[in-house]
Amino acid sequence: MRKGPSWFNVTSLVLGFSFLYLPIVLLVIYSFNESKLVTVWGGFSTKWYGEMLRNQQLLDAAWVTIRVAFASATIATVLGTLAALVLARSGRFSGRTLFSGMIYAPLVMPEVILGLSLLLLFVAIDQARGFWTIIIAHTTFAMCYVAIVVQSRLAGFDRSVEEAALDLGCPPVKTFFAITLPIILPGVIAGWMLAFTLSLDDLVIASFTTGPGATTLPMRIYSQVRLGVTPEINAVCTLLVAFVTVGVIATSIVTKRQEVQRQRDMRRAEAQA
Amino acid sequence: MAKKPIGPVRRSFAPWENPDAKPFIEFRNVTKRFGDFTAVDNLSLKIYEREFFALLGGSGCGKTTMMRMLAGFEEPNEGEIFLDGQNLRGVPPYRRPANMMFQSYALFPHMTVEGNVAFGLKQDRLPKGEIEARVQEMLKLVKLEAFAKRKPHQLSGGQRQRVALARSLAKKPKVLLLDEPLGALDRKLREETQFELTDLQAELGMTFLIVTHDQEEAMTVADRIAVMDKGRIIQVATPAEIYEVPNSRFVADFIGSINMIEAKVATRNGEATHLRASGFDREIVVDQQTEASVGDTVWFAIRPEKVRLSFDAPADGCNAVQGEIWDIGYLGDVSIFHAKATEDVVLKSTVANVTRTVERPISWDDRVWLSWDRDAGVILTR
Amino acid sequence: MTETLALGAAEESKAPAKKRRSLGNWLLIAVPYAWLLFFFLVPFFIVFKISLSEVAVAIPPYLPTFDLSEGWAGLRENLSSFSFENYLFLFEDDLYWKSYLSSVWIAATSTLLTLLVGFPLAYGMARAPKAWQPTLLMLVILPFWTSFLIRVYAWIGILKNEGLLNQLLLWLGVIDQPLTILNTNAAVYVGIVYSYLPFLVLPLYATLEKLDESLLEAASDLGCPPWRAFWSITVPLSLPGVIAGCFLVFIPAVGEFVIPDLLGGSETLMIGKTLWAEFFNNRDWPVSSAVAVILLLILVVPIVLFQNQQQRAQEKDA
Repeated sequence: MRKGPSWFNVTSLVLGFSFLYLPIVLLVIYSFNESKLVTVWGGFSTKWYGEMLRNQQLLDAAWVTIRVAFASATIATVLGTLAALVLARSGRFSGRTLFSGMIYAPLVMPEVILGLSLLLLFVAIDQARGFWTIIIAHTTFAMCYVAIVVQSRLAGFDRSVEEAALDLGCPPVKTFFAITLPIILPGVIAGWMLAFTLSLDDLVIASFTTGPGATTLPMRIYSQVRLGVTPEINAVCTLLVAFVTVGVIATSIVTKRQEVQRQRDMRRAEAQA
Repeated sequence: MAKKPIGPVRRSFAPWENPDAKPFIEFRNVTKRFGDFTAVDNLSLKIYEREFFALLGGSGCGKTTMMRMLAGFEEPNEGEIFLDGQNLRGVPPYRRPANMMFQSYALFPHMTVEGNVAFGLKQDRLPKGEIEARVQEMLKLVKLEAFAKRKPHQLSGGQRQRVALARSLAKKPKVLLLDEPLGALDRKLREETQFELTDLQAELGMTFLIVTHDQEEAMTVADRIAVMDKGRIIQVATPAEIYEVPNSRFVADFIGSINMIEAKVATRNGEATHLRASGFDREIVVDQQTEASVGDTVWFAIRPEKVRLSFDAPADGCNAVQGEIWDIGYLGDVSIFHAKATEDVVLKSTVANVTRTVERPISWDDRVWLSWDRDAGVILTR
Repeated sequence: MTETLALGAAEESKAPAKKRRSLGNWLLIAVPYAWLLFFFLVPFFIVFKISLSEVAVAIPPYLPTFDLSEGWAGLRENLSSFSFENYLFLFEDDLYWKSYLSSVWIAATSTLLTLLVGFPLAYGMARAPKAWQPTLLMLVILPFWTSFLIRVYAWIGILKNEGLLNQLLLWLGVIDQPLTILNTNAAVYVGIVYSYLPFLVLPLYATLEKLDESLLEAASDLGCPPWRAFWSITVPLSLPGVIAGCFLVFIPAVGEFVIPDLLGGSETLMIGKTLWAEFFNNRDWPVSSAVAVILLLILVVPIVLFQNQQQRAQEKDA
């Protein structure tokens, strides 16, 4: 029927996407602002990037953040994939409702509650806070995201492929590594990337669970923003945005290309037959 | 000989008629429940070596569960399954000498054709050279040598089906399980492949067990068919017996098209039984003994191709009834006539179109005679 | 005789059939389960426990602390000293219940606003040419990947008095005095709508995209004009997506901290901010725990509703 873009649809798309992107675009533009006044354009300059690179505190925080994100994303991916397998494969078992509740709840749970409760746990078990407590905290909520992403991949997965492997003499654990994991790998990678960026991004939970010497980049940005907007922070933010954007777009282009190639192969195969 | 075979036996292979023959696969009082649902109900079945056996039934009749229990994906709640003398209870699927060809083919999408076929052999840690030779042999068998390096998505549906077949045959399993193997193919390819499958089975001398809902497929490929309904086996017999001597209304109705007339046993004399059906002027005489007593309600079943149509009263006036042509379906090779014999009984008759005339002599509303031989139909008591 | 045989077989068969599922499977379940129990569920009980304690100038800053070495007697004494004083305090001081009310109000209003912005966007995406759709989807997901903090921060530069929005409006001549937007509730609404828009658009798009075009054709064929077909077919069928999206915005927005803190003003009362201040500025852990417990109680109903809805959707797919 009305498959062509109507004026209403075009308008809502244009307005919607402008709303989503304009603030970020402005942020990027003003990171190249010569002027120290953030909102007055004083000509093009990259001096704030230089300034940023000389700010040892920022660099230290960035390094902490990347290590935290890497570690927590990796642990969360392992745990989240296991959790996804449980959700998708283990059928009904006593405690399943609680389990799926614990997977879905962190997705919507206010961060202040997650942060506070984890902090109080660490205090209760007398665990010194710092680098590792942030990793544990990030792992806990990121694994739920990984579980959801991987589970959706598992849901669209023909189980008889696994059964075929078993049938051909491959024991279950080996089947997981030889068959299941390669097939759900795109989901697992996407889950890892999501966990990584969630950790990279988190301010509230990290603020609660951190200790001396483990200040993450969002915490540093936050404390600077509270003091007032500076072009230097614009530069940091621009780099972060660029980093994530390039990563996400590159991944999606690769996936898309594989999919197009796949479709082409399939058409060719049917045509030949 | 135990009993007189009806029609030609397809091959001189009938171990099931030999009471001393040892079954190769045996289901002994097997029950499988899923929650409240009983998928397989106290079922026993014997399948012999080198047999091509078909489990036939509608969806939910338990046929797939039977196969999955044999493959090891489901464990029976009660009863035992034996394969070549070994009790399979507790044996996981990866240690069973049965391989399965899946309905969806279940090819490993990230492996080449070669990789798929070699997968099972690699699990047995065979030497590399042996694996390669075996893979080549298998690919040759299914005529896919040229496609060894392709991935499954680079193959057509028919080619994928053959890869799945080669993969499940590669380990020389004691029994090959085929789960609706041709369901995804189009009609023409399916018919060709059915014959290829029977040839392959004969050539390899292996035991094949096929699950299908397609009666034509089962009739074409199988030595014997088990017709299943609601977790039970209704009849196990050769295709010809299933078709010509169904043991129940369910089987008669499930396989092919049939006319079913409710009647009462009038007299039983020696070889023949006389039936009386309401609305019929004459008794129906059938050359068959029945365990039903005089006065019992039975069903007379006759295939439409065994019902003749004529304008003149048949000479042997015994099994005949007059009817009015109600509907005509022209299918090309045959025409189906529906004739209203009584208020409640509409009889179907298929007539081969042996001449090329477009105008058919019999038309709507014609009064015709429907007649059949005394041995053309069967009496069913359940 | 055959019956007794069958019964005997049944007895034998039950045990191994059950045992087989165990070991590997239980191990698989146990690892993520244990992690979540220990790091997600147990902490809530600790929060609850501490909410019943008194504040103290000590490390950790609450009393009584629980010491395992004191054994059963210690535990009992511990329990007897618990009190609901903190909760009473929350009800007496109007700061807290005002914060709760205001949080729920702000979250609900922003959810509605997000829906108003998000529905046309999702609808436009679903009706866009098929070839564009992956790109459009990508464009919605991308901000979701970029930092939340940065996206909130970006609005400061736009909304403040000498910010870009005011400059634009002044230049256009719409206003002649800069508007005060930053540090008001309006800025909080903008921030929430902006930050949570992808959460609403994605599930909504998913349901709208699945909507069978032929249903609309059938409606049109039966004499239903497009606008009425929209209300009687598109809207009801997209309801699962709308509901899922609204939950995904509303629930976290109630406990939001970053947005009210950076964009809101001193009059912006939101419970996340109150909790943060109670914890970091007043260092009153028991009261902040009590605040968290009440917040959790408020959110339990929508969270359970959300999970039920998710589960139903999942079962429907399967």
